[in-house]
Amino acid sequence: MSYSATAHHDEHHDHPTGIMRWFTTTNHKDIGTMYLIFSLIMFMVGGFMILAVRAELFQPGMQLMQPEFYNQLIGVHALIMIFAALMPAATGFANWMLPLQLGAPDMALPRLNNWGFWLLPPAAILLTLPFALALIGIGDGAIATGWTFYAPLSTQGGIGVDFAIFAVHILGISSVMGSINVIVTIFNMRAPGMTLMKMPIFAWGWLITAFLLIATIPVLAGAVTMLLTDRHFGTHFFSAAGGGDPILFQHLFWFFGHPEVYIVLLPVWGFMPQILQTFSRKPMYGYKAQVYSLWAIGVLSLVVWAHHFFTVGMPIPALVYFMFSTMAISLPLAVLFFCWIATIWRGSMTFETPMLFAIGWIILFGIGGLTGLVLADVAADAQYHHTYFVVAHFHYTLFAGGIMGIMAGVYYWLPKMTGHMYSETLGKWHFWLTAISFNLTFIPQFFLGLAGMPRRIPDYALQFADFNAVSTVAAFVLGLAQLIFIYNVVQCARGGKKATDRVWEGAEGLEWTLPSPPPYHSFTVQPVIK
Amino acid sequence: MVMEFIRKTGLFLMLALLPSGLLAQEAKWNLPEPVTPLARDIFQIHNQFMLVIFIMFVVVLAIMIYSIVKHRKSRGHQPASFTGPTTRSQIAWTLVPFAILLYIDFILMGIPAVHSIQLMEDTKQGAAMVVKVTGSQWRWQYEYMDGDAQGIKFLSNLSTPQDQIYNQQEKGKDYLLEVDNPMVIPVGEKVRVLLTASDVIHNWWVPAFGSARDAIPGFLRETWVQAEKPGRYRGQCKELCGKGHGFMPIVVDVLPQEEYKLWVAAKQEEMQAASAGADKEWTMEELVSHGKGVYEKNCAVCHQANGQGLPPAFPALTGSKIVAGPNLDADGRMLVDSHLDRVWNGKNIMPGWKDTLNDVDIAAVITYERNALGNSVGDMLQPSQIKALR
Repeated sequence: MSYSATAHHDEHHDHPTGIMRWFTTTNHKDIGTMYLIFSLIMFMVGGFMILAVRAELFQPGMQLMQPEFYNQLIGVHALIMIFAALMPAATGFANWMLPLQLGAPDMALPRLNNWGFWLLPPAAILLTLPFALALIGIGDGAIATGWTFYAPLSTQGGIGVDFAIFAVHILGISSVMGSINVIVTIFNMRAPGMTLMKMPIFAWGWLITAFLLIATIPVLAGAVTMLLTDRHFGTHFFSAAGGGDPILFQHLFWFFGHPEVYIVLLPVWGFMPQILQTFSRKPMYGYKAQVYSLWAIGVLSLVVWAHHFFTVGMPIPALVYFMFSTMAISLPLAVLFFCWIATIWRGSMTFETPMLFAIGWIILFGIGGLTGLVLADVAADAQYHHTYFVVAHFHYTLFAGGIMGIMAGVYYWLPKMTGHMYSETLGKWHFWLTAISFNLTFIPQFFLGLAGMPRRIPDYALQFADFNAVSTVAAFVLGLAQLIFIYNVVQCARGGKKATDRVWEGAEGLEWTLPSPPPYHSFTVQPVIK
Repeated sequence: MVMEFIRKTGLFLMLALLPSGLLAQEAKWNLPEPVTPLARDIFQIHNQFMLVIFIMFVVVLAIMIYSIVKHRKSRGHQPASFTGPTTRSQIAWTLVPFAILLYIDFILMGIPAVHSIQLMEDTKQGAAMVVKVTGSQWRWQYEYMDGDAQGIKFLSNLSTPQDQIYNQQEKGKDYLLEVDNPMVIPVGEKVRVLLTASDVIHNWWVPAFGSARDAIPGFLRETWVQAEKPGRYRGQCKELCGKGHGFMPIVVDVLPQEEYKLWVAAKQEEMQAASAGADKEWTMEELVSHGKGVYEKNCAVCHQANGQGLPPAFPALTGSKIVAGPNLDADGRMLVDSHLDRVWNGKNIMPGWKDTLNDVDIAAVITYERNALGNSVGDMLQPSQIKALR
């Protein structure tokens, strides 16, 4: 890929300063920054909640909290981590990097962009407010059904459920707006000469995520609205007593819930090959194969949802279909793994922090993928389902595959975004502490699941005590290690060694042709791709 | 509490430094030993699949480690520039992992999985008896539907004392995995298990049986158990069902045929004695002392042992207007929205007890609630009055 010289220019625009700048901004980089900061804050909030849970689980017996409060913590932890930490982080990267990578001045729909972000803080407040209301005697706390809202447990829940339903509505609207923006930007704002098949693969990952969001978020919104009317307006969608069916809710929820996994992961699969090629100093392997695999996974993810609830009892053909369609996802995913490894194969690798996270990510996400393959087996799933085996599995996909992937992206682009280099020493400490404590937290949970410990229980039998103690101690190390990350990011934003335009020796792509940090309007003259 | 926590954390860290300290404990590393044909099938599939993915993981990891060690800049490795397979043999090689995975997914693991599904769903063929299992917040009810045991019906509650859960008392060996009335089935017989629920979704799971099936309110689901070895097997509810989700274990006693017959006879006798109890006149003291036991087993989890409840979800019984009001009209008919009506039919989260408790239990628990827990209404209900309502 080559390009013409980009126009560097001075900034002489009117835009508000101080706090109003952030409320009114339509600039993709400002909004991207806000998304990333919001995500980091919510990551800490969600992490704090789960450390309280792990502390309770340190030993058998109820020590720190009541079971009701425990149930609230686990549900809100998941909702926050998925909707308020992972998804906004991905959207933050889309905002920051898509215009830079596509050679555009900004996102296509800047005002929509602003609105999309500013919907998030109210949603986060709605999710967490019931905790505070309960303290002053209003209601009985936050949603206590887990993040899955299963009816009829959610039908009988307190006001926390209503708050969570509205929070999900708002988060959904925000996601759909972000998705529309991404799609319009990718289809209309690419630099001249950049055909779809020349586009950076990050754009492909996000494009598919955006389509998945638009396909599935309305279904989730519909499902929780039906729940709302069941709760307050006398309908019986999910109540057998009125002719409804509780399992209908699970079908609707997971029609969204399964693609959601890929919604979170596809952006990461997008930028990860770029990191791998940068630090291997070697072009990406199998670009086309990767694009087709991303599409295959995106499409398959829409038709496998029922593997999340095999144990509700289904006809044999349905079980067999959902098992084999789920297993089929392993094929395109294997293509991706093959391409990632082939990209570093015979390269000239160096191991800066983004590369450490990228390599660790391939290995750990691999464990998540392989255990997912086993979970697709209906028979084996009867034993794994709703145990700690599943908890460990999806933390390998969502923490290692999602959050550690996002962290690789943060370290990769932070010098570009701030204009300063971060501390490599602290970055390496952060990686090793995270990788080791993550494994020590979740490997014991695989064994707990096999030994028969159900998930979402506040207290457990004595034979589970050892593994839980290990897991809790490691979880606290994992939590503390993230403070290094925050310190490193903040220090980097405040100053430090100047970053060059290219930042990394092997970096390829339009974003590296701009100064670090890039000018307020990224490309005022579009670069031409030959 | 916090200091105790820190002290114990410190203790643990010391133990962690001595691996022997951990290994000495009884840690479990795999699924429990299977005792039914279904669990054995699952166990085999699980072990085989784990081996397959472990080999896949190790092979890929080895390739990556080789690359990370050899292909690094610090060793002066010059980067190659290929972006895809070029020669025909390279293309063939890229298809190999794909073909292996295809074989694993749909043949090596796929075929046994389909057989296992068929086995799992084969609930009726050759079943010697049917037991209906009802999940409710937060206990199980077992009802024997046919054969000698027909009509046997009982509740199975967690029997671990609250004092153990809240660390006031040392925890027993079977902490949280013990019940007052275990389900009992004969060894070697295929038992068809029908599942339903009265409030929210539960999941009846005994790991050694390989049976995990949801109990869904308003619907029947089924699974089956054919235990090959006598013994006591334990499991737990594994679908989040509210605050007591961690406290509704399943215990199944698998007995040899003769012992099972004795159990059935004893249980039938016990049930007859209970229904005979409904015809006699009970004193206040008898009712209150019997009612206390019923209350602590079934009611205290929500309304609390002291009757204070957990408002707003679970109202207090102490000082309650409903508890203080009359139960029956002059003709012995139940008054709407009376104390008895609540216990009998339930309302919202409160389950109805008319099908799960017998006449004596209902009369006793209502009398207890009216004359204990800080209440002193002073009247009582006779089991015969309850019997007359049925």
